[in-house]
Amino acid sequence: MTTHLALENVSKNFGDFVAVRDFNLEVERGEFVSFLGPSGCGKTTTLRMIAGFEMPSTGKITINGNDITNNPPNQRNVGMVFQSYALFPNMTVAQNIGFGLRVRKEKEADIKDRVNEMLATIHMENKANSYPYQLSGGQMQRVALARALAIRPEVLLLDEPLSALDAKIRVSLRAEIRSIQQKLGITAIYVTHDQEEALSLSDRIVVMNVGEMEQVGSPFEVYNFPTTRFVANFVGSLNTAEAEIVDPGKGILNMDGIQLLSSNVLKDKSKGDKVTIAIRPERLSFLAEGKKENVFDGKVENITFLGSVVRVEVTIGTRKFKMDTFNRPSLNLPNIGDAIKATCSDKAVLILKD
Amino acid sequence: MNFLTRLRRFPFWAWFWFILGALYFILPLYATFSFSLSWDPADPFKAYERSFGDSRFWNSFLYSNMLALATILASIILVVPTAYWIRLRLPQARRIVEFLTLMPFVVPAIILVFGMIRIYSTPFTIPFTDIVLMQPLTNFRAGTNILIVAGYMVLSMPYMYRSVDTGMRTVDIRTLTEAAQSLGANWFTIITRVILPNIRSALLSGALLTFAIVVGEVVLASFLGVSAFGPYLFLLGQHRAYEPAALSFVSFLLTWLAMGLIQLVSGGQGQAAGAH
Amino acid sequence: MAQVSNSSGPMQATSWKVWLGVVPFFLFAVLFLLSPSFRLLTASFSAPDGSFTFDNIRQLFTEPLIVNSYRLSIQISAVTALGGGIFGFLLAYSVTVGGLPKPLRSILVTFSGVASNFAGVPLAFAFVATLGRQGFMTAILKDVFNVDMYEAGFNLYSFAGLSLVYMYFQFPLMVLIMAPALDGLKKEWREAAENLGANTTQYWLRIAMPVLLPSILGAMILLFGNAFGAYATAYALTGGRLGLVTIQIGAQIRGDVLYNPGLGYAMAVGMVIIMAVSLGGYSWLQSKTERWLK
Repeated sequence: MTTHLALENVSKNFGDFVAVRDFNLEVERGEFVSFLGPSGCGKTTTLRMIAGFEMPSTGKITINGNDITNNPPNQRNVGMVFQSYALFPNMTVAQNIGFGLRVRKEKEADIKDRVNEMLATIHMENKANSYPYQLSGGQMQRVALARALAIRPEVLLLDEPLSALDAKIRVSLRAEIRSIQQKLGITAIYVTHDQEEALSLSDRIVVMNVGEMEQVGSPFEVYNFPTTRFVANFVGSLNTAEAEIVDPGKGILNMDGIQLLSSNVLKDKSKGDKVTIAIRPERLSFLAEGKKENVFDGKVENITFLGSVVRVEVTIGTRKFKMDTFNRPSLNLPNIGDAIKATCSDKAVLILKD
Repeated sequence: MNFLTRLRRFPFWAWFWFILGALYFILPLYATFSFSLSWDPADPFKAYERSFGDSRFWNSFLYSNMLALATILASIILVVPTAYWIRLRLPQARRIVEFLTLMPFVVPAIILVFGMIRIYSTPFTIPFTDIVLMQPLTNFRAGTNILIVAGYMVLSMPYMYRSVDTGMRTVDIRTLTEAAQSLGANWFTIITRVILPNIRSALLSGALLTFAIVVGEVVLASFLGVSAFGPYLFLLGQHRAYEPAALSFVSFLLTWLAMGLIQLVSGGQGQAAGAH
Repeated sequence: MAQVSNSSGPMQATSWKVWLGVVPFFLFAVLFLLSPSFRLLTASFSAPDGSFTFDNIRQLFTEPLIVNSYRLSIQISAVTALGGGIFGFLLAYSVTVGGLPKPLRSILVTFSGVASNFAGVPLAFAFVATLGRQGFMTAILKDVFNVDMYEAGFNLYSFAGLSLVYMYFQFPLMVLIMAPALDGLKKEWREAAENLGANTTQYWLRIAMPVLLPSILGAMILLFGNAFGAYATAYALTGGRLGLVTIQIGAQIRGDVLYNPGLGYAMAVGMVIIMAVSLGGYSWLQSKTERWLK
C-alpha cells in the first residue's frame, strides 16, 4: 500500500478564528476515510481545502506526492459530492454526468460511453433524460455521485452527502456508496457528523473537535478504545467517571470508594494519579452471580425502550450509569427503585487520555 | 503576487456599472433641483415659494391626497375580506381572483379610462326602456369621484392584493382564526383585533404604494376632468419653467418617502412596479 | 360553479353560500374592470351605424397612421426593454454576485423601488432639466467636452430622447426582478462546476446563463409591456408629437381624430392583446424558472 493523499501540518485560520489546527493525515490508495465531528469542528473546512475551495493558511497537501496546495479547484481532478446535491438544474441527468468530461473537451462518443457506464453503476439508466427537479433526493444524490466519479477523479470527496435525505434512504444509499467505492477502488474522504454512518462506512475514522484531530483509527478502535473523553462521548454514549489509581501494576482504581479493576495499560501512571475512566453501556450487565471483581451495588432510576435495546439508568455510588441490554421477550427487567447488582469485565473499564 | 491577486479580485466592472447606474439615477434629480434654484440668484427658493404660495397647488394637492386616502380605505375594505375569505374558505377561487388582480397590468390606465368613459358617460336606463334610473356618473361631481377612486383601486389592485395576501400567508391566518374562534371570538372581533393588527405592515406597504401611484397620477385624472395634482403639474409645465421643476423635485421626494417607508415596514423587500 | 351544484351531501347547502364572501370583489371587478374592457371589445366590432363589422380590426393592419403608431410603440418598447434589461441586469449582477459591498445592494434596491415608480409628468420635467436644450448635462457637455448634442442631431423630444427617459423607470424594474433571481444561483453550482474542471467562462456560459435566461427574458417581456402601456411620460415630454399607440388613443378619447369611433376601440383592443401576450409570456417563463430553482 502507498500513500495517495497526504495532508502535512495543514492549518486554516479565518482572521483570529482557527478552523483547523495542524492537521496531519496520510490516506492510502483505495482507502475510505471519514472525518467525524460536531458542526464547526473543522471537518468540512479540511475537505474544502482538499478540493481547493479554501487555501490552507499553512501546510501542504499532496496527491501521489505532487504538491497541489496552490492548484485552483478546476485543476485538481478530485470529485466532490455536496450535501445539497448541487446538480445543474438546466441539464438532464446525462448532461450533468457528462459535464466534467465535456469541459475537458473529450470526444462525444467517449463521453456517451462513460455516461452510460456511470448510469449503469447508479442503476438509473431509465432516468438519463430526466431533469433534476423530476428526481427524488436519493436519486439526485446518486446522480451527483456519478457526476463526480465520471471524471475519473484521483480522490472522491463527500460532504455530508446523506444528511438531507430520509432515514431509510440514508441507510440504503450509504451501502451503495460503499459498494461503488470498493468496486472502483477509489480513495474517498467522507465528512459526517453521524457516528453510525462513519462507523459503518469507513476503513478509518478521523474524529475531530474544535479544529483538532482527537483520534484516528479503525471504526473498531475508535468505538471500543476511545482515547479521549470527547471521542468517548461523541462516538456512542459512554459512561465516564473520575477515579484514582491505587495500583498501576495490577490495574486497581478507586472511584468514590468503589474498587474497580481495569486490564487497560496504566504504565505511565503512578499511585494517586487521577484519571477518567469510561465504560460502554452495553458492557455493563446485571449478571453478577459468581463474580468477585467489578461488582457494583446500584439502584434503578429509569428504564427506556429504544427498540432493539433497553436502556436502564442506575445510580452506582453517587454517579448515574447507563446500562444497555438487548431487548428480547425473555428479558427479566427490574422495576424503578429496585436495588440491583451491575458488573463488567476488567477489559471494559477504559482509561482516557486527558 | 499578493498585489496582483488583490487587483484581480477588485470588481472593476461591478463598480463601473454601479457608478453608471447611480449617475443615471441622480443626475436628472440633481439637474431638476439645481434648475429649480436658478430662477432668481438673490432668492434661490423663489420657485418653491411661488409654488407653495399658489392656492391652486394646495387645492389640487389636497384633492389628490383625499383621492389617495379614499382609494386606500376602499381598497382595504374590498381586498382584506376577499383575500381572507379565499385563504380561509374558498381556495378554489384563488386562481380567478389572482388573475383579476393582475389584469390591470394588461389593461393600462389609458385603456381603462377609455372604457370607463364609454360606459359611464351614458345614463343608466332600465333595459329595453327609456326610463332613466341614474344620470351618467361623469355628469356630476360625486359620480366622477366614485369613478376615479374605482379606477385608482383597479390600478393599485395588483400591489394591494399581493401585499395583503403575502402578509396573510406569512402570519398563517388560518391558524390564528381557529385559535381566536376556539377562544370564543366573533367574526368582527377576529377581523379587527386579530387579522388587521397582524397584517398591518403588509397593509401599510400596500397603502404607501397606492399613495405613490395616486398622488401624481395624470391619465385618469385628466381624462375624467378632475383638478388633481397630476393635471395641475402638467398644465403648469405648459407655460411656466421653474415652478414645475420645483414641484417635480417635491414629488420625487414624496415618492422617495413612500418607498423608504415601505422598505422600513416590509423589512427591505423591494416592490416591483408596473404600468406607467 | 357547475361543480358546486354537482357535489352531493350536506356540503351542498353551504357550498354556494361560501361564494357570497367574494361577491363584492367580483361585483367591483365586473363594474370597473371587466365591463369597461368588454365594452371596448364589442365596440371595436361595431360599424358607425351600430352593425357588426370586421372592418375596424382589418383597418388596424392597413391604416398607415395606426400601423405606424403600433410600429413606433413596439420599437420604443423593444429598445428600452432590451437596453433597460441589459443595463438593469448588469447592475443587479454587480450588487449580488459581482462582489460589491453588501450595503450598496439595499441602497440600489431602494433607489430602484423609487425610480420604477417615478414616472409621468415629473419624470419628463426632470429630463428636460437634464438633457433639454438648456439642460444641465447638455451644458456640461458643451462647456467641458465641447460637444453640442443638439448640433450632433440629438433631440430630447424624439425617439432617442424618449427612450432615454423611459430607461429611467425600465432598468430599475429590471434590477428589482433580477436581484432575487441572481440570488437563486447557488454557490454550490459554481463550486461543483469548478470541481469538475470548468473555468469561470464555462460556468457562466453553460450553467449560470442558461439558468437565468428564462428570468431575463421574462423580465424583459415585462419591461416591454411596461413601456408599451406608458402614456403620461410620453405625453408630458412630447405633447403628442410622437405618435405612440397610447398617444393616439388619448387623442381619440379627446375627440374622434380617426373619424371612426370603432377604429379607436379596435386600437385599444389591439393594445390589450399585446399587453396580455407579454404578461402571459412573462408568467410562463417565470413558472419555468420557479420549477428549476425550487
